[in-house]
Amino acid sequence: MNYTSTGNKDTRSGFGAGLSELGKSNPNVVALCADLIGSLKMDDFVKEFPERFVQTGIAEANMIGMAAGLTIGGKIPFAGTFAAFATGRVYDQIRQCVAYSNKNVKICASHAGLTLGEDGATHQMMEDLGLMKMLPNMTVINPCDYNQTKAATIAVANHVGPVYLRFGRPAVPNFTPVNQEFVIGKAVTLQEGTQVSIFATGHLVWHALEAADILAQKGISAEVINIHTIKPLDEEAIVRSVTKTRCAVSAEEHMMNGGLGDSIAQVLARKMPVSLEFVAVNDMFGESGTPTELMVKYGLDTPSIVEAALRAVARK
Amino acid sequence: MADIENLKKIATQVRRDVVRMVHKPSSGHPGGSLGCADFFTALYFDVLNINPQKFTMDGNGEDLFFLSNGHLSAPWYSVLARRGYFDVKELESFRLINSRLQGHPTPAEHLPGIRVASGSLGQGLSVACGAALAKKLNNDKSLVYTLHGDGELQEGQIWEAVLFAAAKKIDNLIATVDYNGKQIDGPVDSVVTLGDLSAKWRAFGWDVLETNGNDMAQLLATLGEAKSRTGKGKPVVILMRTEMGMGVDFMMGTHKWHGKAPNNDEFAKAMEQLPETVGDF
Repeated sequence: MNYTSTGNKDTRSGFGAGLSELGKSNPNVVALCADLIGSLKMDDFVKEFPERFVQTGIAEANMIGMAAGLTIGGKIPFAGTFAAFATGRVYDQIRQCVAYSNKNVKICASHAGLTLGEDGATHQMMEDLGLMKMLPNMTVINPCDYNQTKAATIAVANHVGPVYLRFGRPAVPNFTPVNQEFVIGKAVTLQEGTQVSIFATGHLVWHALEAADILAQKGISAEVINIHTIKPLDEEAIVRSVTKTRCAVSAEEHMMNGGLGDSIAQVLARKMPVSLEFVAVNDMFGESGTPTELMVKYGLDTPSIVEAALRAVARK
Repeated sequence: MADIENLKKIATQVRRDVVRMVHKPSSGHPGGSLGCADFFTALYFDVLNINPQKFTMDGNGEDLFFLSNGHLSAPWYSVLARRGYFDVKELESFRLINSRLQGHPTPAEHLPGIRVASGSLGQGLSVACGAALAKKLNNDKSLVYTLHGDGELQEGQIWEAVLFAAAKKIDNLIATVDYNGKQIDGPVDSVVTLGDLSAKWRAFGWDVLETNGNDMAQLLATLGEAKSRTGKGKPVVILMRTEMGMGVDFMMGTHKWHGKAPNNDEFAKAMEQLPETVGDF
């Protein structure tokens, strides 16, 4: 593999670090949190900029509305809570006050997906990408590691408009460059290949790289592309890759319905119909367990990507 | 000193606008709109410190108003136009295709005066809290106003915001409630009663005022009193007793005109009761 992890780090800490930097560099950045400062790693921002922090208490609907209101005074609010409460619980508030009103709100969602672990299905949000990408005006971002989450956090402050920024709880390999430039909507080709394209997002990007190594041992050349922005989707990068490979796999810590794979399938159906296999959760809720146990049980691990790639290649 | 007779004249024209606006597309919400015509007139022609000729989204240095019960769009559009935010002629496009005057207000159509979408109820007080916090951060001494329906207070999010505003001492905020006692399915008391509404707001830590929302002199006095109570550590709320359908006799005393437009005969009768005072659109 051409990538080396510098150690395991949680993406939520990347968010916290990015937010802290923004606090120093942009006086208009404010933060809101619904009683989860520690979980969202917002402690530093709260300590350094208490006057620009709003503790909303356990009242997510009010938090989203207030974030929309803060933009009216020219502020750039980052509203943080768990992905389950940042999307499903407040969908109507986001729809009316943020997306339809086109407000410059950054919805910051931690503990997304199965890797939240032991808390179980109530908290394991796997429909959020779908919910958010359906909203007009909404930009949807799901970075893959600590460094990229930090870069994405800083980048979304400079994007005018609603953003959904998704990250997670567990410590995972940190392998993308420090202080990288994060370009919203621009996919990152991590490894070039000729026989199958693996389009991965979030925690699954590292597994996609591992899968590519295993595929190489089996004599299959896989291209690995990090789709950190689900919307707007980098259609050009997707079409360019499958023009070469003629088959693809999507990999995400999300429901198959409404996820990244859905978006890619739409692009392929319109522009370049080739076989596509999905690594995603197939229409079921999660359960308690360790992140690793869950990713294995629900087929979101490295072997699952390898198998999906083999199926895709076989269908060519 | 406000010219009360002149404000009453404008309020009559706003009522006339409302009925004409909902009659043309045969759709809209005349009941609550007529009940709040006096409030909208008082707010926009006397109370608010605003700059209609130069609308900015941020509204820095200006008072802000958020309509939380977005179905009262017609009287809001009427006072916005008559105050100079846009041409009164545009009122004729209400609820029609390709209009900036959507059924429920939205900034998506870039209509001057509108800063956030409303229609799905219960959200405006939260937005107002955020805007009021931004004003504090910006050292902007102007105020933030809202209007809510009484039925709307059944929404849980309202009470999240009520709790928050008092806890965080958001004292540059004046909420108002259209306390007409009626909602779509009937009297609020029979749908889900609000009980002692004044006591509820007080218990949450708000400064509570009550007034007759259809008595221009009393309404102006109460709005003035509310303003004088800002900056004292508590958010302020005004419970405005209003009559749904006020100004059109057959629309009064019933909830049936909440979301129903008059037919041609009813429209003619309503027009007889609402004379043109400052010029039709």
